[in-house]
Amino acid sequence: MVEHRGFSRFVPHIVLCIGVAIIAFPVYLCFVGSTHPQDVTSNGQMPLTPGPIFFETYYKTLFVGSSGSTREPVATMLVNSFIMACVIALGKISISIISAFSVVYFKFPFRMAAFWLIFITLMLPVEVRIYPTYKIAADLNLLDSYAGLTVPLIASATATLFFRQFFMTIPDELVEASKLDGAGPMRFFWDTVLPLSRTNIAALFVILFIYGWNQYLWPILITTRDDMQTIVIGIKKMIVTADALTEWNVVLATAMLAMLPPVTVVVLMQRWFVRGLVETEK
Amino acid sequence: MATVELSSIRKVYPGGVEAVRDVSLVVPNGSFTVLLGPSGCGKSTLLRMIAGLETTTSGECKIGERVVNEVEPADRDIAMVFQNYALYPHMSVYDNMAYGLRNRGTPKAEIDKRVREAASLLAIEDFLSRKPRALSGGQRQRVAMGRAIVREPQVFLFDEPLSNLDAKLRVTMRLEIRRLHNRLNATSIFVTHDQVEAMTLADQVVVMNAGRIEQIGAPGEVYKHPASRFVASFIGAPAMNLMPGKIAEAGIVETPAGRLPYDKNRFHAAGEVEVGIRPEDIHAAGGADGILFTPELAEELGATRLLHGSFGDTPVIIAIPASGTVHEKKEMRLSIDPAAVHLFDKVTGRSLVR
Ligand SMILES: Nc1ncnc2c1ncn2[C@@H]1O[C@H](COP(=O)(O)OP(=O)(O)O)[C@@H](O)[C@H]1O
Ligand SMILES: [Mg+2]
Repeated sequence: MVEHRGFSRFVPHIVLCIGVAIIAFPVYLCFVGSTHPQDVTSNGQMPLTPGPIFFETYYKTLFVGSSGSTREPVATMLVNSFIMACVIALGKISISIISAFSVVYFKFPFRMAAFWLIFITLMLPVEVRIYPTYKIAADLNLLDSYAGLTVPLIASATATLFFRQFFMTIPDELVEASKLDGAGPMRFFWDTVLPLSRTNIAALFVILFIYGWNQYLWPILITTRDDMQTIVIGIKKMIVTADALTEWNVVLATAMLAMLPPVTVVVLMQRWFVRGLVETEK
Repeated sequence: MATVELSSIRKVYPGGVEAVRDVSLVVPNGSFTVLLGPSGCGKSTLLRMIAGLETTTSGECKIGERVVNEVEPADRDIAMVFQNYALYPHMSVYDNMAYGLRNRGTPKAEIDKRVREAASLLAIEDFLSRKPRALSGGQRQRVAMGRAIVREPQVFLFDEPLSNLDAKLRVTMRLEIRRLHNRLNATSIFVTHDQVEAMTLADQVVVMNAGRIEQIGAPGEVYKHPASRFVASFIGAPAMNLMPGKIAEAGIVETPAGRLPYDKNRFHAAGEVEVGIRPEDIHAAGGADGILFTPELAEELGATRLLHGSFGDTPVIIAIPASGTVHEKKEMRLSIDPAAVHLFDKVTGRSLVR
């Protein structure tokens, strides 16, 4: 560590403060905007202190809905987004941990072929395969359903690779000790692999939850009904092209609310998240 | 307790490495057998085949009366202690030991009884609720042994269990393993590359080299009567001196050290041979005759002293008691007991003993 004296001691702090300000100020502005009436914000003179209608705005946003093109209250959208993000995160984790387990611990014909097939899907995110995926989802009657929102996004090469790398660091002797202890493959999975993967699962959950929460393109295609909307789309739909009609306080409140669940997940799982990324508990 | 019998065991790994070539071995009931050999000679492979963790390419492996080639590791009635302990990191010491029994459906009370017995035997009662992470190397080693003991297996298998410990702990654990063996009266097979471990622990030493067995015998036996040049140079520290020789007449071999008498009733040799003499079998001669030796370097080991020098141009090490002073570069006269001269075939390296 470099030791600083005098003024230069404060330089790192100043740099950090500037960084925090750059990130935090827009969020603060967003909050401030959500507490002022619509006309205050839209006339272009954004105040810098919170305004008077905090409770009204948030109540209206959550439970009544804007009077713009979408009439669903944001609470519904929050629930939709939450379900979608959770199902995507948990689904991706379950599928990929099982496929990584089979690729690492079982010898079967075309094992490496299977692995490479999984690997190739890295190059095929939804955006690339959007037409065929949409066609399949539509043919299976998955439009406007949670299954349609989530299933096409679940297959995940990244998480599989992540678990594969982790499993390869588990010493072979543990597998052998399990064999000698009379634990078959499923027992080994439940009793050893899964507990050892706890922190990795937590870390992945954080990343994938946010990935799922932020989905935009796919939900906009697959949902048409207002009550199936996710919050990210909701924000977009609230912004009416004619600026004067946009209820900016509601839009900004929705943006604030949309930030909350990912932030909560990160804060709650932060400790595990960091451990999962750096620690190897073996 | 059970006898382990291997007949003509071979192991070829995918990729063509022949790790074990035609090994036949009987591990008597209740014996402590040590597989000894340099790294890469196939000891672990052989042990893992007994454990069922590797398939055997050919040959038959019997534990007790049962051929176990096709039997799952868990059903072979064996327990294994690994070099890196292989404890389950997320389970407490208690659970580590109980896990195998639980999987076998042993009643809870019985599990508890066995775990506590093993723990007190190994003096780890105080750590039962800890995770392996919170234990020292020696304690982990004990837990690993506890995990084996609670299973009450027919055969204990150890794969270099002491090599991750520091030198001092290794000595104590060595004694402890032997004590446990005597107490549990089980059959033990122990793999090591450390000859001191092998000599101190074993009833029967199996010296291996390049996938084959070189010699099977009691520790004293393999030291005193090495069956091959390899065993001779592998066992004993410092290693046996080896030099070329030529039989001059029955009982006399011509070497760089001069004409040495050997026991012609023990060795049957003619022509060119390899002569082996242990450093500790070479003594300072009393008088002015004897073999001329000029020490170049002395190493003090406390009770003994190693002198490095040469006979002619063959480098030689001798071990003499560390009394008095030795002047490096000062000539001395040495004598060799004829009974201590070993003869090996120049080509095959086998001992030429009758
Ligand atoms: N899984 C494996 N695949 C291929 N070759 C192996 C494997 N395990 C060990 N070997 C080879 O077999 C030989 C014996 O290995 P091993 O039994 O581990 O030796 P030791 O325990 O005596 O040091 C070595 O040459 C090693 O490279
Ligand atoms: Mg080995």
